[in-house]
Amino acid sequence: MPVVLWTDALIYLLLAAALLGIFLSRRHPHLSAPFKHIVHSRVGVASGIILLAYAAIGFLDTLHFHPALEQSNAQGEAMVSQRILSVLDILTDSLRQHSEKTYSQPFAMYAYVKESSEMPDGRIVREYPRLKWGGAHLNDAQEKTADIIHKSIIGVVIGLLFSMLCSLLITGLLAWRKHRTLKQQLTKVWRNQTELPWRLILLLLSLLIVMASLSGYLSQFYHIMGTDKVGEDVFYQALKSIRTGLVIGTITTLIMLPGAIILGLMAGYFRGWIDDLVQYLYTTLNSIPGVLLIAAAVLMLDVYMTNNAELFDSVVQRADLRLLFLCVILGVTSWTGLCRLLRAETLKLREMEYIQASQAFGVNHFMILLRHLLPNVMHIVFITIVLDFSGLVLAEAVLSYINIGVDPSTNSWGNMINSARLELARVPVVWWSLSAALVFMFVLVLSANLFSDVVRDAFDPRMRKPS
Amino acid sequence: MMAYIVRRFLYAIPILIGVNILTFVLFFIVNTPDDMAYMHLGAKRVTPQAVENWKAEHGYDKPLLVNTQAEGIKCLTDTIFFNKSVRLFVFDFGTSESGRDISYDISQRMWPSLAIAIPVLLIGVLINISYAAIIVFFRATYIDFWSVVITVAMLSISTLFYIIGGQFLIGKLWHLVPISGYDTGFNGIKFLVLPVIVGVIGGIGGGTRWYRTLFLEEVNKDYARSGRAKGLSELRVLFRHVFPNALIPILTGIVAILPLLFMGSLLTESFFSVPGLGSYTLDAIQRQDFAIVRSMVFLGTFLYIIGLLLTDLSYTLVDPRVRLH
Repeated sequence: MPVVLWTDALIYLLLAAALLGIFLSRRHPHLSAPFKHIVHSRVGVASGIILLAYAAIGFLDTLHFHPALEQSNAQGEAMVSQRILSVLDILTDSLRQHSEKTYSQPFAMYAYVKESSEMPDGRIVREYPRLKWGGAHLNDAQEKTADIIHKSIIGVVIGLLFSMLCSLLITGLLAWRKHRTLKQQLTKVWRNQTELPWRLILLLLSLLIVMASLSGYLSQFYHIMGTDKVGEDVFYQALKSIRTGLVIGTITTLIMLPGAIILGLMAGYFRGWIDDLVQYLYTTLNSIPGVLLIAAAVLMLDVYMTNNAELFDSVVQRADLRLLFLCVILGVTSWTGLCRLLRAETLKLREMEYIQASQAFGVNHFMILLRHLLPNVMHIVFITIVLDFSGLVLAEAVLSYINIGVDPSTNSWGNMINSARLELARVPVVWWSLSAALVFMFVLVLSANLFSDVVRDAFDPRMRKPS
Repeated sequence: MMAYIVRRFLYAIPILIGVNILTFVLFFIVNTPDDMAYMHLGAKRVTPQAVENWKAEHGYDKPLLVNTQAEGIKCLTDTIFFNKSVRLFVFDFGTSESGRDISYDISQRMWPSLAIAIPVLLIGVLINISYAAIIVFFRATYIDFWSVVITVAMLSISTLFYIIGGQFLIGKLWHLVPISGYDTGFNGIKFLVLPVIVGVIGGIGGGTRWYRTLFLEEVNKDYARSGRAKGLSELRVLFRHVFPNALIPILTGIVAILPLLFMGSLLTESFFSVPGLGSYTLDAIQRQDFAIVRSMVFLGTFLYIIGLLLTDLSYTLVDPRVRLH
């Protein structure tokens, strides 16, 4: 039975808006020009594909449902469990189920701490116990290296087969659209003579598929990134954290967008007391140091949630609401920048001839704002959305570390870092949780930063070449 | 000039009032003092008497806005709003939930914060400007390209990584300096080295990239071109003409954050257990000490506004075209 959490609903809304935007911009050449710029840029395409891969994982993790139970109730109707799972949970079922007792290193067969166990003859020995799942198919430790290499080769080969199939399929489709033979198209792609950088796209796609198949196959037999304190697979946690990161990065902007756009446009267009009021509002909010405002708001939310615990049906819903609230609060602290930019731009635009013409024709203010001003400031909105994203993802980690971020039960990179950093004092060091979170975050933020540069160039009218 | 400063200070008053009302609403209306008492006393099975005691002890047992039982002016002053919020205007922060004097704590903890923040700022700006200058001198070469790649990559790394990595590498593996701690006077230097290095490195990515953009904007302007046209060397054009102009936004940007240096850095101070204002705030957040958080919000806002004022004033000093009246 499907479940739609609050953040899920907003993600669907965001997707719908994105699809609508693509549909609209396809029909207007002046809107599709910046998108063309992005897909023609190699950096834009490469970072875009990585972002899409992250988005796909995040989307799979958004499709939530109550899993059906095996047994049915007395009336013979199928029962559903109260637990909330996502499609990603089902796809990575083995990762989720394969939990150990406590820490284990990546690709380990034995646990990380010694444990007393009783031998058959009654002696008590302290040794590193075998893991329940990690390398459980092996007989002794000598086989491990050979086995890992063997399994990696299988994983890579499967991945290569899939990626070749995929590349052939895409090239075939291209050939069909361009009315060429498959061979002609393949040569064109291979020599990089296509309009879009298809060679890069296919190479990157293949790399992603190979990596996915390699890690997917190996993680059936090993904990490829180790396990954490309670024995959960770190790879699974890192994958689950993707959704949290993406939600914080996108929903925050989505939530603050309407307010910032309406207030910014109104302040710039009407001026007078509305302008004063809006300026006062954003100067005040901007004056409060962001972290402190977030801390104050989250503290208050904590108090509210502790005192009204009965309002929330399940831990997942509670955590979800907290995530949403964090987005709202981050939005409150970050809308001021966009609002200020929009106000300044509107102040400039309202003196233009076309606005004065529509005023002279008696078009009402609402229509002028909607039809003539809004479309002309949209590039600022786009640039802000993309520019803010990476900062927000990084902010999540920091906030979770100070305990004013997402709920401790939510998987997030911040929570992973937070729980792992205390273990750095151990000898030998527990480094895998921390590194996994940092690497996943780094790849996402790096591609977002690169992508945002391309987007800024594409949308900024100052950068556009005169044609 | 004087009239301008006075006017700017007057502008600040409504903003401070706004912030004050906002925090008041957040801390006392969204959640009543009763909620806070329950939260602090822990369990759900607290007797109403214990709640009353807790409120009386911390001065939350008064009406929120208007005290109908008191007479005359006390009707307005003997309230939570007056005692907890209005008093902030004269920097009377009161006592924390654990009974300590907040103003005293702030005055003590300000110095360790500054001891880290000032070197980080100075060394950081110096390194960033030099690096950006080198990039601009070698613009449109491989040095430029790879420097941009490096700065974007450094920008994409979480601050947490720099701190944890620095502690691990320099403190734990190489045993060069203590991992964390603080001491006064010369003994303190060995504790300060690591946080300062980490702070500087963490800022290189963002800073250098930003300065590079600023420099590049100036480098192709007409005055630079005429400098080259009359035969000046590229170095002379850059150092004599371009950089002084590009430094204007950099300097004024630095002036804006100067007052906020007092607030310290939340993360750095807590990781390196420096007893500064940053870790003070963080501790307060984690102990849910609302009185301290409220005071820090007010103090932070005040310092921010001072920073804005200083920025405007510094424009008149470095840019003769700007006149304030």
